[in-house]
Amino acid sequence: MNDNIQYTVFIYTENNIGLLNRISAIFQRRHINIESINSSASEIENVSKWTIVVELSEERIKKIIGQLEKQVEVIKAFYHTEDDIIYQESSIFKMRSALLFEERQIQNIIKESNARIVTVNREFFVIEKSGRKEEIDMLSRELSVFGIMQYTRSGRIAVTKDEMRISTMLREAFLHH
Amino acid sequence: MKATQTIQKETNNSQVTERISGSEAVIKCLLAEGVDILYGYPGGAIMPVYDELYKYQDRIHHVMTRHEQGATHAAQGYARISGKVGVAIATSGPGATNLITGIADAQIDSTPMVCITGQVGSHLLGSDAFQETDIVGISTPVTKWNHQITKASQIPEVMAKAFYIARSGRPGPVLIDITKDAQFEEFDFKYEKCTGIRSYKPVPKTDEATLKAAAEAINAAKKPFIVWGQGVILGKAEDAFKAVIEKAGIPSAWTILGASAVPTSHPLNVGMVGMHGNYAPNVLTNDCDVLIAIGMRFDDRVTGNLASYAKQAKIIHFEIDPAEVDKNVKTDIAVLGDAKASLEALLPLLEEKTHQEWHQRFKDLYDVEYEKVIKHDLYPTKEGLTMGEVLKEINIQTKGDAAIVSDVGQHQMVACRYANFNKTKSNITSGGLGTMGFALPAAIGAKMAAPDREVVAIIGDGGYQMTIQELGTIFQQKTPVKIVVLNNEFLGMVRQWQQLFFEKRYASTEMVNPDFVAIAKGYSIAANKVTKREDLKEAVKTMMETEGPYFLEVRVEKEGNVFPMIPTGASVSEIRLE
Repeated sequence: MNDNIQYTVFIYTENNIGLLNRISAIFQRRHINIESINSSASEIENVSKWTIVVELSEERIKKIIGQLEKQVEVIKAFYHTEDDIIYQESSIFKMRSALLFEERQIQNIIKESNARIVTVNREFFVIEKSGRKEEIDMLSRELSVFGIMQYTRSGRIAVTKDEMRISTMLREAFLHH
Repeated sequence: MKATQTIQKETNNSQVTERISGSEAVIKCLLAEGVDILYGYPGGAIMPVYDELYKYQDRIHHVMTRHEQGATHAAQGYARISGKVGVAIATSGPGATNLITGIADAQIDSTPMVCITGQVGSHLLGSDAFQETDIVGISTPVTKWNHQITKASQIPEVMAKAFYIARSGRPGPVLIDITKDAQFEEFDFKYEKCTGIRSYKPVPKTDEATLKAAAEAINAAKKPFIVWGQGVILGKAEDAFKAVIEKAGIPSAWTILGASAVPTSHPLNVGMVGMHGNYAPNVLTNDCDVLIAIGMRFDDRVTGNLASYAKQAKIIHFEIDPAEVDKNVKTDIAVLGDAKASLEALLPLLEEKTHQEWHQRFKDLYDVEYEKVIKHDLYPTKEGLTMGEVLKEINIQTKGDAAIVSDVGQHQMVACRYANFNKTKSNITSGGLGTMGFALPAAIGAKMAAPDREVVAIIGDGGYQMTIQELGTIFQQKTPVKIVVLNNEFLGMVRQWQQLFFEKRYASTEMVNPDFVAIAKGYSIAANKVTKREDLKEAVKTMMETEGPYFLEVRVEKEGNVFPMIPTGASVSEIRLE
């Protein structure tokens, strides 16, 4: 029985050394594969925001959120389905420059996929594409026919459609003690 | 740029700043936190701190254990009997890794502990230097919090946070790793206690409506039943808890870590739940109409098969840790918050009840258990001493006032089942992790924290030999603990399972043991061995009357089993009496 759903987890944390280990250990211990993970600055100064994609049942993701929030340096954790969020992934492709002249359809692929060329030099050119996972998958499939020299994609980054009250929570943190 | 304020401090304007070394600062932090005893083992990377311990020895007593694991268990024993934070200290590398078992034990049993480890100089980090190990990485999954200090100036704030985190909310272990250069470095020291961390809410707010709903459910119950855990003890809620059960007349059972919060003799105390718990509370778990769990976490050893655990009952869970709610058992009403505050707020909402018929059910099932099990354990007629009769003699001699420190295995279950507890914080044992070797060092810590109390360690012959080296600590410190080894020449619990579930294939469970009395005497510890029933009473009496440490070996029947028992995968109500 597989009642797994893809969830996007947001974790707001202090920006401290060692948190990556502590957060990933929560998933690892329960034998949960992380589909993608991203950590960056957030809208609040000195607060990090993690975006983690996992496939789990709702019952399990709720428990994971509890374990995450239990960590001293985690301010708040949330889980969302795709309907709740606006998300993007980013990818870059390094290709041989000669292809631009030899294979005319490459230019069409770039145009139609809303990708952009970041740089071109004598040996290679670099394409950047942001979008949904499926769009990047498709671009990757189309380009792979011509041979990709290097290919990297980021984890999901996302924002919620609804408001997140982290700033308020932080302001009020010391009021209840 | 102004630094973001992430922690709240107790302002202390009277304290002047002084220029001292990082290592001296560590000692001053410990003193400011009220630490008078710490347990540890010196080594290269922690030597500067030990040098300061030498200078401060009139104010802070360092107990050198014989192994770092012993230091953690001693710190745990100290914490469990006193409610204060236990402190253990070790060097880098193997010193630090030897702490891990004790830290994991403290984590799963919610014991407040601060561990301090030395670390190689910061310029050597990551170079595979001598005795370098990534102890912060290693300890992350088993600590409530951990941190590495590479600059002396970080010491006061990190130490203040460490103690605050270890003791607040649901307590737990914290590890602080300090590089050697940070220990040597001088800086301007000033200590301010931590009173809050913005990302950390140790005690969730209790919701009044939920509390009211809980009270209504309890008042409406015909067959209410309470299972309490260590949360009652950690939350200093014993009195509030007693008032609640007495007013509402609710039969109440305990998890092993909850034991002693209410005296054994209390008429509403119906015994222990779980795998080797009492018959009545296990069976009636599946008969009650409202199950009230207080400061416990529905461990698998408590619940047996979850699919058939209290399915008929409305579940109310009083809990400080939101992550425990719905973790194992789906709750109908979750009352988050501090146990004492919640129970005090609950009390006036409860109606006075006696539930006499319901109580009678517990008494009837107790009689069944008495006839089938307890009678034979405590008053055996067959040859061969039982563990139960040893506990009975200890109860008689200590009048139930002693703290019982047990190890892990059959003797532990027997100790928890049969020890009489008059006072709270009297059952010190390794619950969640099941750490063999816990008892001997934990007894040392417990006795030092509560010198006026009798501390009796009950240990099996297997676990005893896992930390037997701590006899050296007892010898050197003259710690007057009483050590009882119940020797069946087997790893008894594993052997019991081999007998019941592996067709008596006793794979590596038979022990060929040394002369334990001679070993104790080698450490100048008075010692005796009992092999016959008629000598038991006198031997226990002599042990309790002897001043100073004492070792008593009791040869018990070799293949005795602990019953009742809920076999793995069975329901609590399928508990076996034989």
